[in-house]
Amino acid sequence: MKSLQDRVDRLRPGLPITVGKSVLPFAIAILLAFTMDKLIGPAVGATWSKILLDVGIAILLAGSLNIVNGYAGQFSIGHAGFMLVGGYLAAWLTFYGSIHWFGVKTPVGGFLGNGQLLFLGGCILGGLCASVFGVIVGLPSLRLRGDYLAIVTLGFGEIVRVLGQITDRQPKRIDDVKKIPMSDLLNNLGGAEGFSQIPGYTTLFFVYFFAFVLLVLAYRLKYSSKGRALLAVRENEIAAEAMGIDTTRAKVIAFVFSAFFAGIGGSLYAHQVGALDPKELGFMKSIDLVIIVVIGGMGSITGVVIGATILVVLPEIFRQFADYRMIAYALALITVMILRPQGIMGVKELWETSLWRKQVKALRAKLRGGK
Amino acid sequence: MSDSFTASDLLQTTINFLAVGGLYALIALGYTLVYGILRFINFAHSDIVAWGGWIALTVASGAGWLASGQSPAFALPLVLLATMALCAAMGVTIERLAYRPLRKAPRLNVLITAIGVSLFLQNVGLLNKVFGNRPSTISALLSNDVLATVGGVHLRLYDMLTILLAVVLVIVLERIVYGTRMGRAMRAVAFDERTAALMGVNVNIVVSVTFALGSALAAAGGILFALRNDLRMTADTSWVLLGLKAFVAAVVGGIGNVRGAAAGALLIAFVEVFVHRYVTAAFPDKPWVGQLQDIYVFGILILVLIFKPSGLLGKATVEKV
Repeated sequence: MKSLQDRVDRLRPGLPITVGKSVLPFAIAILLAFTMDKLIGPAVGATWSKILLDVGIAILLAGSLNIVNGYAGQFSIGHAGFMLVGGYLAAWLTFYGSIHWFGVKTPVGGFLGNGQLLFLGGCILGGLCASVFGVIVGLPSLRLRGDYLAIVTLGFGEIVRVLGQITDRQPKRIDDVKKIPMSDLLNNLGGAEGFSQIPGYTTLFFVYFFAFVLLVLAYRLKYSSKGRALLAVRENEIAAEAMGIDTTRAKVIAFVFSAFFAGIGGSLYAHQVGALDPKELGFMKSIDLVIIVVIGGMGSITGVVIGATILVVLPEIFRQFADYRMIAYALALITVMILRPQGIMGVKELWETSLWRKQVKALRAKLRGGK
Repeated sequence: MSDSFTASDLLQTTINFLAVGGLYALIALGYTLVYGILRFINFAHSDIVAWGGWIALTVASGAGWLASGQSPAFALPLVLLATMALCAAMGVTIERLAYRPLRKAPRLNVLITAIGVSLFLQNVGLLNKVFGNRPSTISALLSNDVLATVGGVHLRLYDMLTILLAVVLVIVLERIVYGTRMGRAMRAVAFDERTAALMGVNVNIVVSVTFALGSALAAAGGILFALRNDLRMTADTSWVLLGLKAFVAAVVGGIGNVRGAAAGALLIAFVEVFVHRYVTAAFPDKPWVGQLQDIYVFGILILVLIFKPSGLLGKATVEKV
């Protein structure tokens, strides 16, 4: 008779399968991002591929906010602050870095060439820096709950915005920049005028790569014990604590995770627009993201994707009704909240809805019948 | 540097601080009243403030008091009363249409609805048929006269009016909330809505009255703000920032508490005017120090919330299991 440990070990999948299973989603993410970039992007034309970029960035940002707002139930209305932090860091690296190392201000190199690698580094750096701020914002959640935490996040967002506005002027001429070492340029982020002439590195590939990675991670988090701990905190903090969940730790992790991707989203945003204006990324931007999460369904990954798509695409379609567009948007928002308070998807995922299950069942029956 | 630390300068700054504090107090009271009773942050409040300014413009220009350059002395009180009444009606209507259907819904939904109402008001105000998107001014209603100069301190009509109006309205509100039957009903609903309803309080009427009071005060705040500054378009960020600061004042004082809102407004105004004035004067060689105003305000907010989450005058709530 073998020991229990041996029998358990035998049932455990081998190393190649474990590694394969963890890498597979990311391989699919790269493949999908590549498809978006090379096939779908050129096929839909310039206008729509720009809209696709916006949708992807919105999915990334709202998806990251969903971790804090949807999973952990911590109402955060300062998400644009993380975007600003990430965007500034990445823009600092690519703009000044390009000049120092490549001698130009425009994007250099082809697909995954030097320039894009620098940009990738900028995104990661921006994300890391934003997640440090995530710890700072997450820590007050030790003491604060609900609305009060929301107000602290609001204060944080506004403080980051003002700090961005009082940074020093941005030297724009190549010769001027070359004279100053990189580290001395950290405070030259453009001040109230904003950081401009950021090289436009953001492509559909990067946007959808990060968006897919986020979605995969969000999915894995949701169905893991860590994610269930977050959901428990959302439902009832006291009960969660009684069940042995370290609620503070769970909340800070949610903030850090969320801030990391918000920072990446901010850098993608900065390199798409080509400029980073602190006034644009204030309170109202944070609110836009909250609206996507609430309309899509708090805590639902597919809900956020649907919400982001609808809320980015619809205003674009109705662009011709300029004056009445926002009024209709506001009225739609109020109507949805009154008629469907839980958002489009509620807390469910697409594959958890009864409609989806019915369709899958019908499809299976059809396939079986066909054979 | 020495001339910025004189006694007359101190007095001037004090007057300035009181005027700003009065303005914040008027707006903060609206936030605090609604939060106290319905437990949600009324994000549309700052838009009522903006509409207050614009309705005042519409009323005043309709009566022909803006064109002549010199308006009669009774113009401002009349405009003020008319605007306060109109905004009160507006607040009640908004509550009836947008918030009442959500009375039992999760608070986040009400919050998003409030944001929806805010966007609606901002963009309706932008339409050319309504207020348009060009800045205007109502400063003709009140000449920016210096009433008297005492020892180098200018007593401006505007500052005096703001302080007076704020003090009077805060006292009136205080009397309403703590000295009338309706006020008692309001406090009962704030304490426990269901029990209050069981005791025969008509919750709907109480909520309507709350919105009417809050919106009337917001209108007064909007007019006072517009008398001093340009009347910017309704979607301008200056209104949002004004609303945010008043809201911060309400939270710092202890949201849901009338006296707290006034105290919080004074604290925020103190930080914004006094600290800003003297810190800037202390660092004349560092120009960026002059732009730190908003950081002081939001920094105070975070500090107060971390060390006394229920606000300076708020009661700590016990978490029930």
